[in-house]
Amino acid sequence: MSATNLLTVSYSPHLSGTESVQKIMYRVLIAMIPAFAVSLIFFGLGALVVTSIAVVSCMAFEYLINRFMLKAESTLWDGSAAVTGVLLAFNVPSNLPVWMIIIGSLVAIGVAKMSFGGLGKNPFNPALVGRVFLLISFPVQMTSWPKAIESRLAYLDATTGATPLAILKEGIKNGQPLSELMKEIPGYAQMFIGNMGGSLGEISALALIIGGLYLIYKKVITWHIPVSILATVGLFTGILWMIDPGKYADPLFHLLAGGIILGAIFMATDMVTSPMTPVGQLIFGAGIGLITCLIRIFGSFPEGVSFAILIMNAFVPLIDKYVKPKRFGEELKNG
Amino acid sequence: MKTFPRGGVHPPENKKASGSPIEVLPLPKVVCIHLAHHLGAPAEPVVAKGDAVKAGQLIARSTGFVSANLHAPVSGTVQKIEPAPDSSGYKRTAIFIEVQGDEWLETIDRTTDVINSKEMSSADIINRITQMGIVGLGGATFPSHVKLTIPKGKKAEILIINGVECEPYLTSDHRLMLEKGEEILIGAQLLMKALQVNQAVVGIENNKPDAIRHLTELCNRFPGIRVEVLKVKYPQGGEKQLIKAITGREVPSGKLPIDVGVVVHNVGTAFAVYEAINKNKPLVERVVTVTGKTMNRTANYLVRIGTPINELIEAAGGLPSDTGKVISGGPMMGRALPMIDVPVTKGTSGIVMMPVSESNRRTSLNCIRCSRCNSVCPMGLEPYLLMSLGEAKRWDDMEIAKVMDCMECGSCSYTCPSGRPLLDYIRLGKTSVNRIIRSRSK
Amino acid sequence: MNTVVITIISLSVIGGLSGFILFLIAQQFKVFEDPRIDDVEAVLPGANCGGCGYPGCRGFAENCVKAETLDALFCPVGGNDGMVKVAAALGKEAVVKDPLVAVVRCSGSPDHRVRTTQYDSVGTCEIASILFSGDTACSFGCLGLGDCVKACTFDAMHMNPVSLLPEVIDGKCTSCGACVKACPKTIIELRKKNKKDRKIFVSCVNQDKGAAAKKACSVACIACKACVKACAFDAITIENFLAYIDPAKCTLCRKCVAVCPTDSILEINFAPRKVAEAEPVAIDNQAN
Repeated sequence: MSATNLLTVSYSPHLSGTESVQKIMYRVLIAMIPAFAVSLIFFGLGALVVTSIAVVSCMAFEYLINRFMLKAESTLWDGSAAVTGVLLAFNVPSNLPVWMIIIGSLVAIGVAKMSFGGLGKNPFNPALVGRVFLLISFPVQMTSWPKAIESRLAYLDATTGATPLAILKEGIKNGQPLSELMKEIPGYAQMFIGNMGGSLGEISALALIIGGLYLIYKKVITWHIPVSILATVGLFTGILWMIDPGKYADPLFHLLAGGIILGAIFMATDMVTSPMTPVGQLIFGAGIGLITCLIRIFGSFPEGVSFAILIMNAFVPLIDKYVKPKRFGEELKNG
Repeated sequence: MKTFPRGGVHPPENKKASGSPIEVLPLPKVVCIHLAHHLGAPAEPVVAKGDAVKAGQLIARSTGFVSANLHAPVSGTVQKIEPAPDSSGYKRTAIFIEVQGDEWLETIDRTTDVINSKEMSSADIINRITQMGIVGLGGATFPSHVKLTIPKGKKAEILIINGVECEPYLTSDHRLMLEKGEEILIGAQLLMKALQVNQAVVGIENNKPDAIRHLTELCNRFPGIRVEVLKVKYPQGGEKQLIKAITGREVPSGKLPIDVGVVVHNVGTAFAVYEAINKNKPLVERVVTVTGKTMNRTANYLVRIGTPINELIEAAGGLPSDTGKVISGGPMMGRALPMIDVPVTKGTSGIVMMPVSESNRRTSLNCIRCSRCNSVCPMGLEPYLLMSLGEAKRWDDMEIAKVMDCMECGSCSYTCPSGRPLLDYIRLGKTSVNRIIRSRSK
Repeated sequence: MNTVVITIISLSVIGGLSGFILFLIAQQFKVFEDPRIDDVEAVLPGANCGGCGYPGCRGFAENCVKAETLDALFCPVGGNDGMVKVAAALGKEAVVKDPLVAVVRCSGSPDHRVRTTQYDSVGTCEIASILFSGDTACSFGCLGLGDCVKACTFDAMHMNPVSLLPEVIDGKCTSCGACVKACPKTIIELRKKNKKDRKIFVSCVNQDKGAAAKKACSVACIACKACVKACAFDAITIENFLAYIDPAKCTLCRKCVAVCPTDSILEINFAPRKVAEAEPVAIDNQAN
């Protein structure tokens, strides 16, 4: 008989793998380092302040809500509050006042995540809910974009300019021809490395793609959602551009401008709010791409990724209900 | 290298005991043989308290088609026939025999030289297998003659011999292939004859190169049998996964391997068939691996059925003081024993000692919908959904979600980053759905 | 001004038209229900506990209206008084049943029944009982994980944190039977409710032979038959090494409780017995 312990009896399996929620979250944080580094290079002080406030306030709210409202154990150590904080920061301009960031964190963590039951129970992406709440509540501050590099040492008083998408939207509304507007935006190479106006995290396609490749390598995400979103956006805008290049911008512009790459790689791929099957994920991504294009081209907002992702988040239970994995030994209909 | 295309995990192999040759364990003082020893109907005793029995003698008779005979593994006197705990702790009727000497029935050939001269008809082979109480030694203990009796309208095309042993720690099949390879192939030949097929494939995972070499060489002398090397991936040893990897055929949901023309038998079963036909020996002993990270010594014992498990552990050096769990079988699908004086059965493939540091589950968190469980499930099920449905007691929905297809391999619970007890709820669902299905057919 | 008038008129017209269409549809798809079902449902407790065996109080009401007699129908929550009201609403005869109460027949707390293993899986009795016989040497006894407590919709059961056994609050128990169904080891029984909530029952379900049962739990029934001999009313039977007191025959005389060697038979809500006066001992001067 065992000398000192009672034997433990449990169901099989009696081994566990090495995956944990913490490891996944930390991998996501690591993948966001290149984009954060670029934001420091282009937005300097503002980026630092906004990101740190967002992360600290998200974590604080999660701790406080757990301890005093839910009287449950703290879940801070799983890293998901920190990830939400960084993603929220990535989605706002680097000159957003501190109190607005805190409100955004409260909505993201308190309303979009904890009120549904904590990690894993939320139907909508918390960072995006926080971001959209801020956009609708404080439209002016949320659409005043600091100029890259120029405003590095400033925070609230950074000089601001318009993002490429905003330039296009306003210009077309004013009746300016497309060719003229395209001269006002930075070149594609510049846009690729991030030298353009925009929110903290969305500017550098290069940094985001590096992060995305890291996530795919570490098996945190798969290629299905990012590729289907970008392919749909490319296809939709490509078709419109071929029909009338004088009226619609080319697909490469649409892919580099705005938050589509940030959305495709970091926001839409949030595992809690995306479908469970690869085919479902392709449908999800296509939907996001389509809605983004519709809002960008025909809607009144210059950028539509956040709304598109939130709308498709609502469809995820439906997608999961009808798109099932292929069962082993599924009888073929004709066989 | 062939493998099954969907799902699967890679637990650390820990095949410490693969270097330990098979040792014969000394006889115990008392053996305890449960009547409900195998899948199907329990056997019925044909001896009574006080009877003297010889090793190999019939002590309990099969009570139906899906049932099997039980034979005395030792010689001695029947001490009592009464309920005794099995590996679940529940008490079931068992025959206790007090061991006296080691006298066998005269008709049994106890020599170890390899014989391959018996010529028997297919029906006689199946008959002998039935009489000798042969059941699947892979762990499921399914009566082998049932698999060999092909239902009308179906035809067997291929025999697969399962030498995969995908569970970590276990090495009994590995040693059997190394030390009794020829006998296994003779047994395979007999099974081929019984099924009236002319091809057999021995599936072996790539982590046993010596066994692969040995059997491949032997196969030169056995026409129709070949070795298929398989990629190391758990649960390659699962029947359906093995068939898919070797033949590419998928057994349809709810159906049996014979529906795709395949019959699968474990290498241990093939060896038992060899002994049954050529040595007239019933199934009364088997190789059991005794191993564990903290064990000083590991062993592969040839053990008589009914030997209390604590005797195997004592022989291998005793229970380490920091043991938290004793598992009968492998760590992925085996049973954690509530007490260690339960007997070895025909299905006990190994005893694994787990240290206390590895014996407790992680705290279970919310499902983060990462769908890793979906991607590792070899049967294409959705474990996260089955657990949610199980928590809500929605048995009908679980049946629709194909919970009955689950082979309980444990890959889902193994992989879950939130440490959720997926398989616990799936088992609850299977038990409840089974009850519903049975009440439907009444 | 025009805008306001047009708005008021158009919205009123739309509202009125929609209301009228809804009315037509409601009439078209109206389901005729016997109005007596509503009458019966009104006098039922409304707990929707399923104790009657029907889906909810409305289901029970429907069956009461449909049935010829109320002999096979009984609402345990409303009890005899409730059935009288149902019978009155329908003009049928009510059946009278003895009130019942749930009784937990296990006393295997940790000081009587030693833990022999640690259970480390999902903490429900249903799941634990599928896995193994329990974390003690008694394979029949209470697992202490509280499926019965969770099943009770009347807040009449709670788990005692010291004894790790469930306890029934007699005042709240409606004998709906949910806990009986929830227990995978059939430890809970619905027994006749006596005056002052008095109970006498064998608090054990162990079917092992006496020695094995005693070894596993010090208050187990060892089937010694002392109670059978003591009972003057033939109320106790022994089956599978376990004694059972038939509540129909038991007169609550307490003789069996006194003779049980393992204190397996419990008497609940009785006045404490008088301690017998010690008999004077004769002093024998010639004793060695």
